[in-house]
Amino acid sequence: MYKIGVIGDRESVLGFKAVGLDVFPTDDPSEARKTLKKIAKEDFAIIYITEQIYQYIMDEVAEYNDQRLPAIIPIPGKEGSLGIGITSVKQSVERAVGADILFGGDN
Amino acid sequence: MERLNVNPTRMMLSTLKKRLSTSVRGHKLLKDKRDELMKEFLELARQNKELRDEVEKQLMSVYGSFSIASAVMSKENLEEALMYPKQGVELEVGSQNVMSVDVPVFKFKTTAEDPTDIYPYGYADTSGELDLALDDLSGIFPLMLQLAAKEKEAQMLAAELERTRRRVNALEYVKIPQLEMTIRYIRMKLDENERGNQTRLMKVKDMILNEAIKERRERYEKAYKESVNPGDLARGKREAAEYETNYDQFAGGN
Repeated sequence: MYKIGVIGDRESVLGFKAVGLDVFPTDDPSEARKTLKKIAKEDFAIIYITEQIYQYIMDEVAEYNDQRLPAIIPIPGKEGSLGIGITSVKQSVERAVGADILFGGDN
Repeated sequence: MERLNVNPTRMMLSTLKKRLSTSVRGHKLLKDKRDELMKEFLELARQNKELRDEVEKQLMSVYGSFSIASAVMSKENLEEALMYPKQGVELEVGSQNVMSVDVPVFKFKTTAEDPTDIYPYGYADTSGELDLALDDLSGIFPLMLQLAAKEKEAQMLAAELERTRRRVNALEYVKIPQLEMTIRYIRMKLDENERGNQTRLMKVKDMILNEAIKERRERYEKAYKESVNPGDLARGKREAAEYETNYDQFAGGN
C-alpha cells in the first residue's frame, strides 16, 4: 500500500491533510530537501511539492525523474503558479525531441 | 570516418558482415520504436499540459476558498479543525507497459466510512467556506492523481525516447558506416592479395617452364654430339630435326 505526500508551506498544504494525504509542512528549502530524501525512500508513490519550494530543490528532484517511483509533481502553492509545472513539461518535451515543438508559440 | 582496427582476414570479414546485418536490423527496429514512442509521447505531453492547466486553475480556486475560510476563522480553529483527517487515501500502484517502458498506474481508494461526509470537524465553529474548500479539494483529487501518473509517464517516456534517439543516431551515423568501411577495406585487401598471388604463380610457372626447356635442350645436344660419327650422321640430323620440332612445340605452347 502506497502513500501520497505533500511538501509545502503550512497554509498551502493544510487542506491536503484533511483529504487524507500525508503532509510535511515546511518553508525551508533545505528542510524540504531532507524531507524529500527521507520520504522518497519510504513507500510514497506520489509526492506533491509546491512550486515555491520546488524551485529550490529541482536538482534533488531530478534524481528521481528516471525512477519508476516516486512521482514528484510540482503543484502551485497558495501564492499562485510560477509556471514551473508547465516548464517541466516543456523540459521533458525538449529532452525527448531535442527541441520544444509543442508549446513553443503558447507562452 | 575511421575504420575499425582489425586484421584483414576472411574470418574477420564474415564476422563483420554478420555484425553489419545485425546493426542494420537493429537500426530499423529502433527507428520504428523511436517513431512510435514519439507519437505516444507528443500525445501524452499535450494531454499533460491540458491536465496541468486544469489542475492549477482548480487548485487556485481551492486556495481561494481556504484563504477566505482562514480569514473568517482563527488560525488555531482552522488547524484544529483539519488536524485529524477523517478519510485516508490508499494508493495502489499497478504497472503498464508502454513501448517496453514500465510506467506506473495509480489507483486510489478513499477510506472514509461515509464518502459524503469527509469533513473532519463538527460544523459548530467552522465556516462554510472551509466545507466548500474541502469539497472542491476532494473533487480535484482524482485529477491530481491523473496528473501525477501522466507526468511520470511523460518523464519516463522522455528518458526512453532520448536513449532510443541516441542509439538510432549512433547506429546510423557511426556504427554502420564504420562497419561498411571496414568491410570494404578488408575486401580490397583480400582482392589485392589474390592478385599478388596470381602474378606470383604466373611468374613461377614461367620459371619452371624455362628450366624444363633448358634441360631438354641440353639433353638433345648431348645426344646429338654422341651420335656424331659418319655412319650416324643421318640419324643425327633426324634427331636434330626432331629436337627442333619439339622445341617449337614447347616454346609455342607457352
